[in-house]
Amino acid sequence: MSEPTTTAKAHRTPGKGHGSVAGYLAGLGFAVVLTLTSFWAAGTDTIWEPAVPILLAALAIGQMGVHVVFFFHISSGPGDANNFLALLFGVFVVGLVVFGSMLIMANLDANMVPMDKLMRMQR
Amino acid sequence: MFGKLTWDAIPFNQPIPFATSLGVIAVIGAIVLLVLWKGWTRYLWDEWITSVDHKRLGVMYALLALVMLVRGFTDAMMMRSQLALAAGGAEGYLPPEHYNQIFSAHGTIMIFFVAMPFVIGLMNFAIPLQLGIRDVAFPVLNSVSFWLTASGVLLVNLSLFIGSFARTGWLVYPPLSELAYSPDVGVDYYLWALQISGVGTLLTGINFTTTILKLRAPGMGYGRMPVFCWTALASNLLIIAAFPILTATFAMLLLDRYLGFHFFTTDAGGHAMMYINLIWAWGHPEVYILVLPAFGVFSEVIATFSGKPLFGYRSMVAATMGICVLSFMVWLHHFFTMGAGADVNAFFGVMTMIIAVPTGVKVFNWLFTLYGGRVRFSSPLMWALGFMCTFVIGGMTGVLLSIPPADFVLHNSLFLVAHFHNVIIGGVLFGAFAGYVYWFPKAFGFTLDERLGKAAFWCWLVGFYLAFMPLYALGLMGATRRMQHYHETGWQPLMIVALAGALVILLGIVLTGLQLYVSIRTRAARIDRTGDPWNGRTLEWSIASPPPPWNFSTLPQVQGADAYWGMKQAGREAAAQEPEWQDIHLPRSTPVGVVLAFFATFAGFAMIWHIWWLAIVGIAGLTVTALAHAWRVDSEITVPARDIAEHERRRQRP
Repeated sequence: MSEPTTTAKAHRTPGKGHGSVAGYLAGLGFAVVLTLTSFWAAGTDTIWEPAVPILLAALAIGQMGVHVVFFFHISSGPGDANNFLALLFGVFVVGLVVFGSMLIMANLDANMVPMDKLMRMQR
Repeated sequence: MFGKLTWDAIPFNQPIPFATSLGVIAVIGAIVLLVLWKGWTRYLWDEWITSVDHKRLGVMYALLALVMLVRGFTDAMMMRSQLALAAGGAEGYLPPEHYNQIFSAHGTIMIFFVAMPFVIGLMNFAIPLQLGIRDVAFPVLNSVSFWLTASGVLLVNLSLFIGSFARTGWLVYPPLSELAYSPDVGVDYYLWALQISGVGTLLTGINFTTTILKLRAPGMGYGRMPVFCWTALASNLLIIAAFPILTATFAMLLLDRYLGFHFFTTDAGGHAMMYINLIWAWGHPEVYILVLPAFGVFSEVIATFSGKPLFGYRSMVAATMGICVLSFMVWLHHFFTMGAGADVNAFFGVMTMIIAVPTGVKVFNWLFTLYGGRVRFSSPLMWALGFMCTFVIGGMTGVLLSIPPADFVLHNSLFLVAHFHNVIIGGVLFGAFAGYVYWFPKAFGFTLDERLGKAAFWCWLVGFYLAFMPLYALGLMGATRRMQHYHETGWQPLMIVALAGALVILLGIVLTGLQLYVSIRTRAARIDRTGDPWNGRTLEWSIASPPPPWNFSTLPQVQGADAYWGMKQAGREAAAQEPEWQDIHLPRSTPVGVVLAFFATFAGFAMIWHIWWLAIVGIAGLTVTALAHAWRVDSEITVPARDIAEHERRRQRP
């Protein structure tokens, strides 16, 4: 139980049980490391500045992965099809809403009078 | 001490709300007195209020929806009569600020507190029975869901007597709904009522998705599930995906209104369009949350009354799940005219046309099911046929509106109002009534009066066409929605026709009530001992009516699609020896749902009126109740095998 092979363990019992204490501790460890890395990345000069947001996004996605595997115990194993499909559906819907909203909001003023022109018209 | 709440909140000087409030209080008081006088309190508390039985909860949901239908319809009658009068220079009898509250309350109540509870009630009642199981996955959560919905209903209706309701339309668009333009409590009533009932709806979605995915009778694979269960699965997946968007959007508006945030304000970087974008990212899936289960009801009804398996079961399932995904890709068509460019509008317009395809597949499946069948024209089938004719018209005007240039002409007009009433009444409401008359004998063990039922159906159908076809024409003539009076006297004749249609619908509602009354009075003569009055095809018809608390004495072994039909074809195993009856464990009744709703109502009311100490009491009560329930020790009762054997033997005897 002491060896840190919790990922393998989580894969062996997909969707069943609630993992082990070691599994949760390993998950907590990964989560803390990813969180601290994000805070470090936000304030450091060692990384080329335009790359920082991309790194933060990557760390955030990694964080979600850690939560899904270590805390939700969702795997792609055969006994876990429902959970996996539910997760896919959730990711799909969130992606649609987020990217759809960005598309819509960015495109929003296409049919509007630009604000400076509107101000001039009101004068 | 009482925050913003003063005596001014009671509408003493407004005769219509004041008289209505007194009337409602008198009716509620009379009902309470009747219950006390007859000594029904104990029975109601033990058997209904604290019940976690999905059948009881389903019945209570449907009853709640029917009562709120009367409330929402009263608003509709007031609007129709106002518009029949207020032509030319006339002002009608409803002042503008009251009229604005009426159309906002009408939309809110009809969608959230009529259509949703009715559809959820049907799912509650029928799904465990169709799946061949003894209860839903989380029975106590189910009771919590219902009571939170009831709490939302109470808050919305309280606004009639204390304070006022929103004057903003049913989706409270900012900036009008922001504190700067709606400083009174109307919008707060709306937001807190829907936040509380929205939690209930989300819990329902989780409950039923789990139930359908995890609890099915032995042998019932996905390919053998009744279509109603499939449509309910799609609907509940949409609830889980969409309702958090609604909750988050309302939470942001609440932060704007209570704590001076600037999510949707006109200043400090706020953007009102973000609200409209988010609310419709929930709002369009909501349309399918409502209509997909109705499609499921029609599928069951049409197959049963044609005496045939449903035509194209697999295509029906594929269409349902296709709609489930596509419904998340069309939401911009609700705001084509609000500034987006041609590319974005065209994309969402095309997606909207595409979503009509799986719906069309369904209509053809129903037609081919009827074709060549032994069709029995009982009242559930009448609703289904009325739906098919009406819904196709509504669907076609919807495809017309999906073309952005056409929408630029027709948006915000009565044409739009006619379109969405066409699909919601013709789709959801007809579906709810079809399910109501279809499953009523199963729920209560006696049939409803067919003659009055058909009369009610014809009133609804004719009344619908009379009330809403004129609105299509008026919309094309330029009449806008949400108008309190108009100068164009040429519109008045059509407005009067629409009022006549609403009166015919009123007759339909009266006949529905009369049907219920007459059927209850004559129930001795209309008892159904078979449990299968319609010669049904799915498992709910294989057990007694009303079903025992444990539903199935032995879990059914499903051999194929249309499980019960297959059993009947193979011949009942009645001749076989009696099975070995076993004890059944059932969840124990618990008042946790109604207690949570009690505290939630007070917390909501306190937040609306800024009574902070009461809000803290309410939230503390919610927390303590939930924790106390979490530490319960005894959550099950056992039905002994001999009771089950007794029930089954009594059933076998003629």
